[in-house]
Amino acid sequence: MKEIWTITRRELQAYFDSLMAYILLILFLGFSGFFTWIYGSDIFFVKQANLQVFFSIAYWTLFFFIPALTMRLLSEENRSGTIELLLTKPISEWQVIVAKFLAALLLIVAALALTTPYYITVSSLGNIDNGAVFSGYLALILVSGMYIAIGLFTSSITNNQIVAYLLALSIGIFFQIIFQMLSSNLTGIAGGVTDYLSINSHFESMTRGVIDSRDLIYFLSVIVLGLVFSESMLMKKRSV
Amino acid sequence: MDIVIENMTKTYGRQKAVDNISLQVKTGEILGFLGPNGAGKTTTMKAITSFLIPDSGKIFIGNISVNDNPQEAKKNIGYLPENNPLYEDMPVIDYLQFCARIEGIAKDKINDKVREVIQTCGISREKHKKISELSKGYKQRVGLAQALIHDPEVLILDEPTTGLDPNQIIEIRELIKKIGKEKTVILSSHILAEVEATCDRIVIIKKGKIVADGTVEELRSQAQGNETLKVTIEDGGLDEIFKALQLLNTVELVDFVDKSTQTFQVKSKPGQSSRRDVFNLCVEKGWTLTQLTFIETRLEDIFYELTLDN
Repeated sequence: MKEIWTITRRELQAYFDSLMAYILLILFLGFSGFFTWIYGSDIFFVKQANLQVFFSIAYWTLFFFIPALTMRLLSEENRSGTIELLLTKPISEWQVIVAKFLAALLLIVAALALTTPYYITVSSLGNIDNGAVFSGYLALILVSGMYIAIGLFTSSITNNQIVAYLLALSIGIFFQIIFQMLSSNLTGIAGGVTDYLSINSHFESMTRGVIDSRDLIYFLSVIVLGLVFSESMLMKKRSV
Repeated sequence: MDIVIENMTKTYGRQKAVDNISLQVKTGEILGFLGPNGAGKTTTMKAITSFLIPDSGKIFIGNISVNDNPQEAKKNIGYLPENNPLYEDMPVIDYLQFCARIEGIAKDKINDKVREVIQTCGISREKHKKISELSKGYKQRVGLAQALIHDPEVLILDEPTTGLDPNQIIEIRELIKKIGKEKTVILSSHILAEVEATCDRIVIIKKGKIVADGTVEELRSQAQGNETLKVTIEDGGLDEIFKALQLLNTVELVDFVDKSTQTFQVKSKPGQSSRRDVFNLCVEKGWTLTQLTFIETRLEDIFYELTLDN
C-alpha cells in the first residue's frame, strides 16, 4: 500500500509539474461552467433546482479529457524505458497499475470537488435533492474510473501517447454512443446486451438519484477488467 | 550474496538469446560480462533482475529464487539498466527520494540515505537540478545512485560507463571497485580495458553461450599457448639472422616484423622459452641485440579470437 501511494504521489507531481493538471482543471471547469450556467439549455432554462445539466455536460467533457490524462501514464514509461527501472524495484505490476489509476482518479475527484460552488449556488436557488446530487457525483467518478481504466490499458499497449489517446477515445466511443445506438435498433438478447453495455442507461438513472447494484457492478467490472488487462500487458513484456 | 544461474535459456521468437547458461558469482567478486552486440549480455542481466522471465532454468540471489519470489529477490538487487532510463522531469533529489521510498526504506532514514548516495556518486552540486538538465555523465551517476540507494547486496550494471568522458570513466571505475569489495557485482561492457581494470573475473559470451570464464591472467594463458617475442638484432645480415634464429632448438617460427630495422617476431615451441637462446646466439655471433620484448596477448586478441565466427 505504501508503495502504491509513493507512485501515485509521483504521478500527481508529474501532472502538476507538466501543467497537465492545471490545464485539465481550467478546461474542465471552463467547459462545464460555460455550458451549465451560460449557454444552451442551461440550468436557468431547465428551471429545476438540480445538477442534471452539469452532470450531462461533465459526462461529455470527461469523455474527451480523460484519455488525454491517461495517454502518458504507461506509454511514456514504455518509450523511455523507465518501466524497466520501476519493475525491477520491489513492487509488482499490479501495484504500478493501481497507483497510476489512483493518480488519474484523484485528479478527476479534485476537478469535481472544485464544482461544489455549483451545488451551493443551486441549493440556494431552490429545494435540491441531495441524494440525487450525491449519486450523480458518484456516477461521474465511476464513469471517470471506467475511462481511466480504458485509457490506462491503451497506454500500456503502445509507446506512443497519441496512439494511446486515439485508441482510448475509440474504445470509449463504443460505450458512450455506439452501444446505445445499437440497442435502440436491436431487439431481443442483442438489444438487451448492448443496452447493458452502454454507459448511458447506467449513468442516467444514477444522476436521477437511483443507485442500483447492477449499475455499480457494471462500472466496477469494466474498471477491474481494464486494470487486469493493463497488468497482463506489463507482464507480457517480461516474457516476450 | 552469491548469484547463481542454472541452465538458463531464453529465446526471442526462433532466436536463442541465451542458450543454457550456468554461472556463479561469489560475494565480493566483480564479474565482467563481455561479448559482441547481441550475445545475450543484457538478456542475462534482465533475467537476473527478474525483468525478463527466462524460458527455462533457475536463478538464485543468495538463497532466494528469482523465479519463485521475485519481490524478495529484487530487494537485494541494485540495477542500472542499459541506456540508463530516468524520470527526466524530476529533480535529482526528488527522484532519489522516490526510489528510496519504493525500496521500502524507513521514513526517518530516507534523507540520510539520499545524502549518502549523493555524496558517494559526487552529485552534490547537481542535486536540485532537473535530471533532464544534467549532462550524460551526471545522469549516469544518478542512475548509479538510484541503484545504490538501498545498499543492495547485488549490483547489476549494464554498461555503466557509456557516454562518460575519460575522467568520469576513471571515477566511476574507482567507485565500482570500492563498492565491489563488499558486494556482488556484475557489469557488462564493450570497453575491454575497463573490464580489465575493474573486474576480478571475466566471462565472455557469444551467441548466448559462455565461451570463456576466468581471471584476466587465466584467459591470457589459455589463449596464448606459446611465448611470442619481438626481437631486433643489428650488425648482421638480415637473412643470416633469420636463418640462425630459425635453427634455434626452442624456436618454432620466425617472422619479419620490419625488415628495415631488422625486427623479427619469434614464436617459441610450446612450453619453452627462447629468450636465453636468442641472447646467447647474439653473443656468439657478435650481433647487437637492441630489443627483446615479450609480447603479451591483449584482452582484445582473446576477445577477438573467441568471439569471431568460425
